[in-house]
Amino acid sequence: MFNRILAISKKEARQLRRDTRMLFIVFFFPVVLLAIFGYAINFDVHHIKIAVYDQDRSEYTRDFIGGLISSEYFDLVTYIDNDDQIKRLLDKKIVQVVVVFPKDMSRKLLSKQEVKVQFLIDGVDGTSANVISHYVNAATYSYSLQFTKEYLLAAGKKMYLPIDLQPRFWFNPDLQSIRFLIPGLMAMILIITAVISISLSIVREKERGTIEQLNVSPLSSIEFILGKTIPYIVISLINAAIVLLAGYVLFGIAIKGNLFLLLLGTFVFLFAALSLGVFISTIADSQQVAFQAAIVTSLLPSFILSGFIFPIESMPSAIQLLTNITPAKFYIVILRAILLRGVGISAFWDQLIFLGMFGFVFIMLAIIVDKKSKNK
Amino acid sequence: MNAIEVNNLTKSFGKFTAVDQISFNVRPGEIFGFLGANGAGKSTTIRMLIGILEPTSGDAFVGGYSIKNEPNLVKKNIGYMSQKFSLYNDLTVAENIRFFAGIYGLDGKKYEERKKWVLKVANLENMENVITGSLPGGIKQRLALGTAVIHEPKIVFLDEPTSGVDPISRRNFWDLINDLSGGGTTVLVTTHYLDEAEFCNDIILINSGKLIAQGNSEELKTEYIKNPILEIESDRVIDSLEILEKEKWVGETSIFGNYIHVILNDSTINEKHIYELLRDKNGISVKRVERITPTLEDVFIHLIEKDNRVNVQ
Repeated sequence: MFNRILAISKKEARQLRRDTRMLFIVFFFPVVLLAIFGYAINFDVHHIKIAVYDQDRSEYTRDFIGGLISSEYFDLVTYIDNDDQIKRLLDKKIVQVVVVFPKDMSRKLLSKQEVKVQFLIDGVDGTSANVISHYVNAATYSYSLQFTKEYLLAAGKKMYLPIDLQPRFWFNPDLQSIRFLIPGLMAMILIITAVISISLSIVREKERGTIEQLNVSPLSSIEFILGKTIPYIVISLINAAIVLLAGYVLFGIAIKGNLFLLLLGTFVFLFAALSLGVFISTIADSQQVAFQAAIVTSLLPSFILSGFIFPIESMPSAIQLLTNITPAKFYIVILRAILLRGVGISAFWDQLIFLGMFGFVFIMLAIIVDKKSKNK
Repeated sequence: MNAIEVNNLTKSFGKFTAVDQISFNVRPGEIFGFLGANGAGKSTTIRMLIGILEPTSGDAFVGGYSIKNEPNLVKKNIGYMSQKFSLYNDLTVAENIRFFAGIYGLDGKKYEERKKWVLKVANLENMENVITGSLPGGIKQRLALGTAVIHEPKIVFLDEPTSGVDPISRRNFWDLINDLSGGGTTVLVTTHYLDEAEFCNDIILINSGKLIAQGNSEELKTEYIKNPILEIESDRVIDSLEILEKEKWVGETSIFGNYIHVILNDSTINEKHIYELLRDKNGISVKRVERITPTLEDVFIHLIEKDNRVNVQ
């Protein structure tokens, strides 16, 4: 039995070595994804372009602006001097924020009146607008605090702040989005090598008729599937290692948790993904159909529904239910637990069980469909 | 003991019966021809005999093993090669041989010996590192047969092994089949080419899933057509055919290039009547009319048309 499995695996590896298109998908695609998600897709908002409409032109407004642009968050683009320019700058996306200081700002400040400073934010990109609004809030708050402090000091009083809010972010102190993305990226890359390549590789044998020759041989379905999957498991593990290494070298993300648990989780995930791939291969008769089925059932859900980018908790409950169709969802929870939080198996054992069940269901479905189709 | 024993083998797909109660025996070491039109049920029968399709009813014993109860033992003891040449085109010759040897558990000395044999029968000595896809069809087909019998099975199934191959390669391929049979291997072969059927020791013909004739080629030719057959060579084949078909004494007709074969219903009719009818009455120049012994093709067309008429009624 072992020899037969080995014969299949060796054959598969030899075929793969000559199949440049497949090699490209299997090895180059992950690198491209890593580069895209590592560098191009970035939810961190830096260098927001800001224009200032300063109708007061006082030392107060200069201080305020100085506070904003001394951080790396805001870049001052221009000063403007009339209302029409606000619309033009925002329309043409020359700036993302316009701050408007009222004419009587310094006078009001000196007479201890409330001042209304207006921030006009480009709201097209909701996520960024939200982040920008938080930044300007914080900047304004800190300016007001400073102002109050000086005022009290001048009156000979010490300032008393009842609650000092000091948020500290655990597991990802700088809130780098790449830290959040790496686990999902790993899941997606493994989905490509597991679901897509295994289903294509089995369907290719169907398409070319070589599977008929194997059906007639003493080779059993289990031996066939094991032999087929071993090379892809090896490739998947290599890819996973590449992603982790790149995460460490390029983005400084070290694995916080246990390596053995990481390997275990990855194996269980691969089992689920490969089952899905095998199942697809039993219902598809051409590589084209298999490829599309694999994309629709695995790659897209693992991108959209897995919590990779869009948090599952904020989806409507019907969609939340739908997220269970992708094994990546469970794997991402496991990866985030191990890679970022460094916690033990108690935090994600349920996910392992879900993955196991997922794999079991699909391999059983594959066996049933395969039995039926063989008697046709 | 027979190498293959088929008893009332039946396969239905829903209401459609693809193979209907077929029974026949194949003796050890013989070349057994399995003939029938496309869709007659040949492939379905073979797929049952090689253990990958379960029969609806009936059973068959291949090498003594029941295809119904012991399909895995059947698979271990047979070789199979289909019209599609199931080799991996992206592997080299040696890699293909190694792969199939691995599947059948050959290793060490035995493997080296069989590999040498396969390379020899395929005429591929010193070419083992050539990519299989780049080989010509005839060579590929010999390699496919070689790898299909790499484990030296006693029984080999060949499903239209020569379709789409040039005549010389076909002849070479049949030499190889004869060698196998000479070495004691039982060969069951399906084919479209009736000249190939002449090489077979025994032949069966199936139509619409039913066995309609059985015997060696001599028996088939003499037993199934008792009526005389005339071969007519004329310039206007189609016109002649139309005229002939109107006559009561004409049974079946078929065209072979510019010959017409006519099976007569009335044995008192002879060559003279044909000349009278075509040349004298209709002015068609007839070059030659000759009484012939039937070819296998005549027999099969006769049998299939007869069977189809029965089925329609």
